[in-house]
Amino acid sequence: MLNAMIVEPKDNVVVAIEPIQKGETVTYTCEGDEKTLTALEDITIYHKLAARDIAKGEPIVKYGEHIGLAARDIKAGEHVHCHNLEEHRENLDAKG
Amino acid sequence: MNFYGYKRPDGRVGVRNKVLILPASVCASDTTRIIAQQVVGSVTFNNQLGCSQVASDQQYTMDVMAGYAANPNVYGTVVVSLGCENCQMDLVVAAIKERTNKPLKQVIIQEAGGTLKAIDQAVRYAKAMVEEASLLQREEFPMSELIIGTECGGSDPTSGLAANPLIGQLSDLIVKEGGTSILSETTEFIGAEHILARRAATPEVHDRIFEIVHRYEKALQLVGEEVREGNPSPGNKAGGLTCLEEKSLGCIHKGGHSPVNAVYDYAKQVEAKQGLVIMDTPGNDPSSVAGMVAGGAQIVVFSTGRGTPTGNPLAPVIKITGNKLTYANMVDNIDVDASPLIYGTKTMEELGDELLKLTQEVACGKQTKAESLGYTEMAIARVCNFV
Repeated sequence: MLNAMIVEPKDNVVVAIEPIQKGETVTYTCEGDEKTLTALEDITIYHKLAARDIAKGEPIVKYGEHIGLAARDIKAGEHVHCHNLEEHRENLDAKG
Repeated sequence: MNFYGYKRPDGRVGVRNKVLILPASVCASDTTRIIAQQVVGSVTFNNQLGCSQVASDQQYTMDVMAGYAANPNVYGTVVVSLGCENCQMDLVVAAIKERTNKPLKQVIIQEAGGTLKAIDQAVRYAKAMVEEASLLQREEFPMSELIIGTECGGSDPTSGLAANPLIGQLSDLIVKEGGTSILSETTEFIGAEHILARRAATPEVHDRIFEIVHRYEKALQLVGEEVREGNPSPGNKAGGLTCLEEKSLGCIHKGGHSPVNAVYDYAKQVEAKQGLVIMDTPGNDPSSVAGMVAGGAQIVVFSTGRGTPTGNPLAPVIKITGNKLTYANMVDNIDVDASPLIYGTKTMEELGDELLKLTQEVACGKQTKAESLGYTEMAIARVCNFV
């Protein structure tokens, strides 16, 4: 059963669409392919978890865009939230 | 597609037919409350401002007052002022007349001889106006006459995944019908402004989008604060939104995929038949909604993840959530469940068509849940502290 979703294929986080228990298999589809990983902790419904290992300082990507930086190394299946995401204001004028 | 609305003498079309008892300042707000309680068919709000403001701050208040009187959902207005406030009666009346030629009466409490005499005068003006308004019949108009305000409040991750994209779909459909859709909440463009700017119809609009975002951030820095200190809110975070950029990237989905044709300053008059436009408003919901309603929006479409009851004195507010638990929990407050988009049980096309139909029904008079519960709270944006 699908219990998570990815917004854009290049995202490195997925969103739980059901409550997920530690150790449970997380299943989502990306461009038609079913992908799975294991939740390393309990994830509240609609919260984020890492889809792959993310190194400290690497951008956290959701909606295909940078939403912040990893404040420390984050393992695939870990909850991603205020405790391990560092807010980072980018100058986006150049991208316009 | 058409709807049945009320034709106004200034050429615009309303979806409600209310008499507005307009308080020119905080010192007239209790009086207008008492007046509106005496007149079925009238409406008022608590204006906490109108005096002791610097020019730019007072301008926001004036624009909201004039815009409210001019909003097509209003048949006519009785302005009530104390008499000594900065928003003087002649200034308020002139600002209203710049925007509309609808029925207008004035009562100044200090000149009327105090509370009871002012109430007596204003109640009689308002009752006569309601009687005239009650004779007006709805006529058929194209959906292109609609200006839709879009808002998100009490957001959670489902807002960006379902409710806001659904509002975006409605926005695109309204644009296709030849109407106007307003995207608001400048603080929630932060981190997503480059995406909106890419959709600007002209280089001027492109530059204005960056300008309003940077101006907002700098205005807060002038008083030693940062926008992200109170945004996301504790409720946003408990729901799973981590940071402002994540909230913004969800927020801008309300604008759909249409080109951005114009950027309006807060509470300024929005032209009809403009397609998608932006208004520079705060992320604070009641004041952002007030800016769009002052701009002429007849209907507001409002997404919520956590669940919020917010209404408006003049415009029906259609409430939408993408969170299946919130919909079940607050079904008395929420009109539309957008969660099928997350679970794949309905398509965007199906839900978009349903929402367009609901918008048409609300334009024809169907009460939204916020209306039926009597929610009329609002606020007006501020530039700085009182003087």
